[in-house]
Amino acid sequence: MNRLLWIILILIGLVAPFFVYPVFMMKLLCFALFASAFNVLLGYSGLLSFGHAAFFGGASYITGHLVKVSGLTPELGVLGGTVFAALLGYIIGSLAIRRQGIYFAMVTLALAQIVYFIALKAPFTGGEDGLQGIPRGNLFGLIDLNQSYTVGGSPLPLNLYYFVFALFCLGFWIIHRTIHSPFGQVLKAIRENEPRAVSLGYKVERFKLIAFVISAALAGMAGSMKSLVFQLASLTDVSWHTSGEVVLMTLLGGVGTVLGPLVGAFTVVTLQSELSSVGSWITVIIGITFVICVLLFRRGFVGELGRLLKKSL
Amino acid sequence: MRFFMSKVVAVAAVVLLTGTMAIAAGVSDGVVKIGVLTDMSGVYSTLGGKGTQVGVEMAVKDFGGTVLGKPIQVIGADHQNKADIASAKAREWFDNEKVDMITGLLNSGCALAVQKLGGEKKRITMNTGAASTELTNKACTPYSIHYVYDTYALGKVTGQAVVQNGGKSWFFLTADYAFGHSLEENTTKFVKAGGGKILGSVRHPLSTADFSSYLLQAQSSGAQIIGLANAGGDTTNAIKQAREFGIDKKGQTLVGLLIFDTDIKSLGLSVAQGMQFTSGFYWDRDKATRDFAKRFYAIHKAMPTMDQAGAYSATMNYLKAIKAAGTDDPDVVMAKLKSMDISDFFAVNGKIRADGRMVHDMYLMEVKKPAESKGEWDLLKIVKTVSPADAFMPLSESTCSQVKK
Amino acid sequence: MELSFQTVMSQVMLGLNNGVFYAILSLGLAVIFGLLNIVNFAHGALYMLGAYVALLGFTSLGPLIGMPDFHLNYWAALIVAPLVVGAVGIVIEKTMLSRLYKFDHLYGLLLTFGLALIIQGVFTNFFNVSGDPYEAKPDVLSGAVNLGFMMFPKYRLWVIVISLLVCFGTWYVIERTKLGSFLRAGTENPELVKAFGVNVPLMITLTYGYGVALAAFAGVLAAPIYSVSPVMGSEMIITVFAVVVIGGMGSIMGSIVTGLLLGMVEGFTKVVYAPASSTVIFLIMVIVLLVKPAGLFGRES
Repeated sequence: MNRLLWIILILIGLVAPFFVYPVFMMKLLCFALFASAFNVLLGYSGLLSFGHAAFFGGASYITGHLVKVSGLTPELGVLGGTVFAALLGYIIGSLAIRRQGIYFAMVTLALAQIVYFIALKAPFTGGEDGLQGIPRGNLFGLIDLNQSYTVGGSPLPLNLYYFVFALFCLGFWIIHRTIHSPFGQVLKAIRENEPRAVSLGYKVERFKLIAFVISAALAGMAGSMKSLVFQLASLTDVSWHTSGEVVLMTLLGGVGTVLGPLVGAFTVVTLQSELSSVGSWITVIIGITFVICVLLFRRGFVGELGRLLKKSL
Repeated sequence: MRFFMSKVVAVAAVVLLTGTMAIAAGVSDGVVKIGVLTDMSGVYSTLGGKGTQVGVEMAVKDFGGTVLGKPIQVIGADHQNKADIASAKAREWFDNEKVDMITGLLNSGCALAVQKLGGEKKRITMNTGAASTELTNKACTPYSIHYVYDTYALGKVTGQAVVQNGGKSWFFLTADYAFGHSLEENTTKFVKAGGGKILGSVRHPLSTADFSSYLLQAQSSGAQIIGLANAGGDTTNAIKQAREFGIDKKGQTLVGLLIFDTDIKSLGLSVAQGMQFTSGFYWDRDKATRDFAKRFYAIHKAMPTMDQAGAYSATMNYLKAIKAAGTDDPDVVMAKLKSMDISDFFAVNGKIRADGRMVHDMYLMEVKKPAESKGEWDLLKIVKTVSPADAFMPLSESTCSQVKK
Repeated sequence: MELSFQTVMSQVMLGLNNGVFYAILSLGLAVIFGLLNIVNFAHGALYMLGAYVALLGFTSLGPLIGMPDFHLNYWAALIVAPLVVGAVGIVIEKTMLSRLYKFDHLYGLLLTFGLALIIQGVFTNFFNVSGDPYEAKPDVLSGAVNLGFMMFPKYRLWVIVISLLVCFGTWYVIERTKLGSFLRAGTENPELVKAFGVNVPLMITLTYGYGVALAAFAGVLAAPIYSVSPVMGSEMIITVFAVVVIGGMGSIMGSIVTGLLLGMVEGFTKVVYAPASSTVIFLIMVIVLLVKPAGLFGRES
């Protein structure tokens, strides 16, 4: 049954650009990967990072810079962004895991703020203007990602879409493998009972740090993808609002579930695009969603569904 | 479970399909669609914002609501001064809404992003709000027009006037993004050319609440002139706080390099009196401007700023060009716009050049003393009218790729 | 910029001016954290709410109640705004926060984050993001005083003095009085305090109310200096979080002293290397975390 579900999801992903505005779909994929990466930390290690925008946005600047200024091909740009996010994850992670619980959240938040200020001030980021006009380039130097194909009267950037979709699947597969590996089991053990994990001889800090780096790297990959899709890296992507948004997506969909972040990202991104006409009421609606979620269903959509069905989703 | 999942997928499919239909229904090329994308809620919303959309809607109405027998539609959106929102919105408008022309575009960062996209998608952008000269230089496209004013004209006209009046040493307070940098750079050029010198500058983020520490730096530089290379709420905040610290009493003068009527309104004449600055439009210039301003006031409850009046004029001339060209094909319309004379209540001696710069008469303004003012909006007087050749960057200096050399 | 005595002192004075806001806000956070174990993310939004109560009381309350000439003056606002916001806080605690005590403390953080978004979003819809001026500054406090090295606005001087009084008053009550001893005991062992006949849930509610009332008080103080804007709190709160981490959560004196010091350090940085002034607090936080993870005044848990 699980395999069937995956096949259906992949099929939907493959045909989606013919039915839905492709840029919307790609945005969705970026945020779904971002939320899934975040979930590795919160859902499977019990660590609430409030600074994940640093990796998402930081990587989008690096990718943008590599592609625009250094003239690298897009796949190398994404790789560069991901590696950068991993390194940044290592630095921030090493500092943050010295504290636990609420302290961990606040330390990540404050460290991410440093990244925000660097993005604001550094000469190569374009400050308030952001890094604009990032070229999509040629994949492996061969396939033009800007190429669009006219289907039914509207031009569809299919090359780019399938590149983004492939990256998403790769990232999601890595997460899936991480969670279901022995490593993932140890993470869960730490989440459930840290002193016990310590007494069993696990080097808890190292496990947490590795989980943090994996999560940061994949969040970075999502940010790199976004900078290619929107051809822009901006302060919004590194701001703490984005960090909050990814917490909401994960919480709403279901912390610690595989499908939860996808559902959460889908809900939030759809809300944002459907309600873009109501302007800043979106913030209010997102806030209300947050409050309801925390008060009434802390398991999220998928978590509650799983409870009803008595099955882990 | 399996049954349930198939149902979920069915629902998902229905959602996807209805989504498609909604998009398909929005496809209509039998309409000329104008998008007003500007700051509707932020630091620049009083000088642009909804008023810019009012200007555009008035123009469409005055034109008769149709062009070449097809309806004209206006849509508006708030870019919140964020380049990413501006760019995403414009992309959606070009891809899905079939928007033919985007105007407004206050905030140079947003303007640059949208103009670049317009170049790629072959759609016209008529910028009435943003100021950076980059728009008609490195960043110009075959489809971009910069309509009202730019930092070159502001810096040149104001800078020269102040230096001639003896303001030789300057310190800048600069908004830290494309617009502020460009304004500081252009003003510096003319201050130096006039024999003045720059003692330093400090950059502040857009929308700064507390200018005190920047003002103190300006104060300790000892410069005669503190040049404000910012706009809107930032300019008014800086001027108010300078008074709080008694800076203006110590022989230092604040010069606002970009000031709108609405800023003077919020400062009050007693604070702002005597200030000189450059503008592309003043509502009380002659009968035609007053007539327009009265009609605008009836709708918007404020007199039009140069951005808002410019949006009217830009829209009107865009529609005229479509009518004259007999098509809304962007290449043909652009050729027409660049060849015709731009002349109305807003633009005097107007002409759109190869680099997209609409050159027209600019004005050196002075804020009236409270005693001189005869009404709520009687704020300014025109000190000098500056011809296009004396105000704008010569075409020969432009680095725009559209300029044939 | 040269390092003259005058420039350094002026910027440090301005830094102290910012520092008292950090102190009063982080003090509120510390009081709340001490008893509720919740990091109140809505603190910035409630600070903003306090400023708006003052602003609207001055401009709109009169017309609303049919007395167009009535303006809530500055002195009244200093009392009324904290009361109003304190009441809002009590409602928040009673209806929402109290349901979460039995779960992970992180949910408290998330809930208050949601509340912050709601409050900020609502105000963004009705008010200009660039801020509205609060013109009710009393005449007594306008003008500037010559401090020798600079002209310093009287109002800012008043803000520094009154904030310090409020901060140290709070410290005195909590650390030196019987009421305070119950509070502190409640932090350590709620069951024991209950056995003494103290109504612990009420004490928690009132503590939250007092903590956010402090934020509102700071908001009113800030209103005449900065424009009153919907984002004034969100710009502040992250810095205050860093202050709290540096000082050590839950330490009353720690949060006050750290707030003041960091404000001055920030001011000093503006003279030495201005671009770093917005990051210097966070850099200090990193160093403190490396050397003393529990914060300067914190106890190791």
